[in-house]
Amino acid sequence: MATEMDHQIVRDLKAAGIDYVTSVPCKQLAGVLEVLDDEASILHMPSNKEDEGMGLCAGAYMGGMRPCIVMQNTALGVVVNTLATLIQFYQIPLPMLISYRGEVGEPVACQVEMALHTKAILNQLHIPTYHFHKPEDAAELPGILEYAQMASKPVAILCDASFWRASA
Amino acid sequence: MIRNDVFQTLKPIIREHLVVCNIGAPSQELHAMDDQPSNFYMLGTMGLASSIGLGLAAAQDKPVIAIDGDGSVLTNMGTLATIGNNAQGNFTLLIIDNGSYGSTGDQPTYAGMKTDLAAVARACGAENVQTVSAQDTAAAVKAAIASDEMTIIVSKCESGNVKVPVIKTNPIVIRERFMEEVRR
Repeated sequence: MATEMDHQIVRDLKAAGIDYVTSVPCKQLAGVLEVLDDEASILHMPSNKEDEGMGLCAGAYMGGMRPCIVMQNTALGVVVNTLATLIQFYQIPLPMLISYRGEVGEPVACQVEMALHTKAILNQLHIPTYHFHKPEDAAELPGILEYAQMASKPVAILCDASFWRASA
Repeated sequence: MIRNDVFQTLKPIIREHLVVCNIGAPSQELHAMDDQPSNFYMLGTMGLASSIGLGLAAAQDKPVIAIDGDGSVLTNMGTLATIGNNAQGNFTLLIIDNGSYGSTGDQPTYAGMKTDLAAVARACGAENVQTVSAQDTAAAVKAAIASDEMTIIVSKCESGNVKVPVIKTNPIVIRERFMEEVRR
């Protein structure tokens, strides 16, 4: 069941001109994905793996669309090469809406392992990173989306369990 | 016929169209043979030519030809399910299937053994999948571009590369001139 926050996030994507979204699901992103599927002005084309999804986004961008990828932080372990050699090398603006599993409130111990590497990987790749911990942090989203386009860079928006719980 | 021979026959058919070309030897051979601003060369990231091609085809109406390889499709096999479930009439995926990893020393791929990529593509939901000989590839690609149906062509050719230089064009230049062709 989508929350008001899920709707707000999709409204912000739409307002920023995002018209193509690919995703690999996460429990924390279920509401956003539900809203996306009902949003006629955004083409939602799910992918099977996040590097594949970034390929789709690169193509959509070169075709004149404005893409965004919705994914889980564990996938940063999958996409390092694609971020460096496709998205960054060819300077493709790509907001990444990322569920930040493994933070406080996480029920699954294994998720903590990639949470420990999440910001380190993003830092290593010099990717502008924003961390939504409280519902009011989401007010920054429109600015972040505009920034990604301006800079022609991938940008990470990490949304942790506290953010999703307090937004419910 | 090896990949480069197939490219020679394809040259007059694809040069006017948007082409997304696989990393390594395929991009280098195409670049050396007939560099066009309408070619997007993958300089890095193995396996994503078909994904980029699908995204590009979904975003605009011009025909798009993604030239991939059997090894690259194997490394991103989920792409066939995405393509099969999101058919774009302006999209042609050409898989140059020479049964080997051409850019890394012609090591054998599973596609040259028991794995049938055309059968995988069909099982993934793609409705128009053809396996063709190297000789028949150009005619098949021409027909695919002319048709309104998404087509996946598996071109069976021999393993081997020609000696050509690496691509030194700046990636932003490759992307910018390609996007200009998209907008034209």
